[in-house]
Amino acid sequence: MICIKDISIVDGISKTPYRGYILIDKGRVVEIGRELDIYSENIVIIEGEGLHILPGLVDMHCHLREPGYEYKEDIESGTKSAVAGGFTSISPMANTNPPIDNEGMVNFVKSRARTVGVVKVYPIATITKGLKGKEITEIGELCEAGAVGISDDGMPVVDSNVMKLALQYSKMFNMLVISHSEDLNLVADGVMNEGYMSTVLGLKGINRAVEEIGIARDIILAKNYNTPIHIAHVSTRGGVELIRQAKHERVPITCETAPHYFSATDEWVEGYDTNTKVNPPLRTADDVEAIKEGLKDGTIDVIATDHAPHHMDEKNIEYNLAAFGISGFETAFSLAYTNLVEKGILSLATLVEKMSSNPASILDIEGGKIEEGSTADMTIVDLNREYVVDVENFYSKGKNNPFNGKKLKGKVLYTIVDGKIVYERGEIL
Amino acid sequence: MALKKKDILGLRDLSVEEIDEILNTAELMKYILMQNNKRTPHLQGKSIVTLFYENSTRTRLSFELASKYMGASAANVSTSSSSVTKGETLLDTGRTIESMGADVIVIRHPMSGAPHLLAKHVDASIINAGDGMNEHPTQALLDMYTIREKLGKIDGIKVAIIGDIMHSRVARSNIWGLKAMGAQIYLAGPQTLMPLEIERTGAVVCSTVEEAIEGVDVVMGLRIQRERQREGLIPSIREYTHLFGIDGRRIELASPNVIIMHPGPVNRGVEMTSEVIDCPASVIEEQVTNGVAVRMALLYLLTRRRVVA
Ligand SMILES: [Zn+2]
Repeated sequence: MICIKDISIVDGISKTPYRGYILIDKGRVVEIGRELDIYSENIVIIEGEGLHILPGLVDMHCHLREPGYEYKEDIESGTKSAVAGGFTSISPMANTNPPIDNEGMVNFVKSRARTVGVVKVYPIATITKGLKGKEITEIGELCEAGAVGISDDGMPVVDSNVMKLALQYSKMFNMLVISHSEDLNLVADGVMNEGYMSTVLGLKGINRAVEEIGIARDIILAKNYNTPIHIAHVSTRGGVELIRQAKHERVPITCETAPHYFSATDEWVEGYDTNTKVNPPLRTADDVEAIKEGLKDGTIDVIATDHAPHHMDEKNIEYNLAAFGISGFETAFSLAYTNLVEKGILSLATLVEKMSSNPASILDIEGGKIEEGSTADMTIVDLNREYVVDVENFYSKGKNNPFNGKKLKGKVLYTIVDGKIVYERGEIL
Repeated sequence: MALKKKDILGLRDLSVEEIDEILNTAELMKYILMQNNKRTPHLQGKSIVTLFYENSTRTRLSFELASKYMGASAANVSTSSSSVTKGETLLDTGRTIESMGADVIVIRHPMSGAPHLLAKHVDASIINAGDGMNEHPTQALLDMYTIREKLGKIDGIKVAIIGDIMHSRVARSNIWGLKAMGAQIYLAGPQTLMPLEIERTGAVVCSTVEEAIEGVDVVMGLRIQRERQREGLIPSIREYTHLFGIDGRRIELASPNVIIMHPGPVNRGVEMTSEVIDCPASVIEEQVTNGVAVRMALLYLLTRRRVVA
């Protein structure tokens, strides 16, 4: 038995934290109370004074790179990185090599995760065979094998007819379709947001229109065929506004953003630091403002990491040649706490919705709340702890993170999966 | 003695004092250049390597002569653009050159920010000889030197820059440098070749070439690459010349004392007519001479810094 006592509990249900203790036994929360009155030799006590306990964080968008790109990350290092970031359940994207486009590949990811992983891994499969954008996958079998969603993430499904078919077909299995929304022709060979900074730095731009045209198309499909859709990594003001309007019209749509879209702008590209190269690209201060508004008014349901680790050889080169992506598990919570909760944009309870309850319910997986009887997936954080990000301490193989050296507030201290402490103060147990 | 930088990466990060110091030093270098005996010992014992990933005979030669006139050892590494993605990485190449004792590496590269990457990882001084669409600082410095020489000042003058602004590192460097020195800049070119929000630099974007040239003291043409037509950015070179070509009729709108500039090489009859290129107001050949003087000045100032340190 584990007892976490004298801690502030954010349970994913109540609007405000309350003080108390949580008793865990056999992987479940067995008791939540104000004052602990049983004492036994067999109870491991965690002193929670000054700390907060949250439902385990759930990341519905990350890249673990296995199989095919183990030099960037693998399921072992990736899941370690996830628990170090406070995540207890994660959904890796399917753009591996080979891609996760059949039952066997879904089983591979699940069994690797059971063998070497330290968090719960719920795979996403591809929308189209071989990520080619032509024919939809055997979504029924993928669903039976345990895929919780489908996405060609990394690439949009360019053909609107293929996207329509995927949306209709997945509806039979309540399979979530996650869209990486982009107009590929308009991306051309852009490497950063198109605007003043791309003009100043002489880098080719990716206009906001690239994303907004993609989102608009997906909204129109979801609306006309009345099929649910989830939009990945929203980064622009126009994107937020389109989704806000769609929700207003009761289109069955949900969406996510990533921590870097409310924590950094395209001005960070100054100096050509390739760790700022990510797709969608870092946008302007006005877009950051809109992302925050969208999180606040509920237009944006989820904060997902889009954890995209790369090898240093793919970043220590010319900006044009560098790979897109940020290794994000281990800074996600601190960035969200520092830039959203500390700044008064979200309450802690709302942050927990965005990083745990909402993604769990959108993926239809367990988690997202702490109540008696629930699975003991939990994260303990110290909200007063300030620290400087040092990528050398990352468990991820990917050290590509533009927040390296920045001071952040709110640190993950413990991660508990199925009632077992898997991460404690910097150490994986 | 204002210039203490290790590298010259762009005009955007040079102060007015630094630009002044470079231009003043270039004046001395030009005097040396005009002598019968062009040898000075300013760079004796120094090693200068030009590392070019794009071929540009004129810029490379300008740097090599500048080095040799001042007694430095000069060597050249020329690689094709395709080796950027296929061959050894930029950092490996740069470190190798440094290990052989280079004091200054002059780099030309098809990608913006490549000199910045190199500068961060080697101790040798880096001079940007043109990176992608970003900057070409020595070109802008020689342009500013030429303007100062011909018009007596830069502060308060009006400069029109005509053509493919989007892909032009010459335009960007000139905008930063000339704005800092107090010039007013007018831009004209096809909208598809005009980068977004360029007006935030303080340059005025004009809708026609006539509007841009009207009353200016300097007209600067830019080279238009034929591949812009293939990329669909302009419908045809013919229409480009019709809309934006600099000809005698358009030059008449400028100030009577206008000077005409071009970074070269010129596509005669495309972005500029021969009538304009060869007229008395054209200073295109003097730009080339001044280029050597400015590069001598920069090499001297950068290597001097290293002696002091
Ligand atoms: Zn994506």
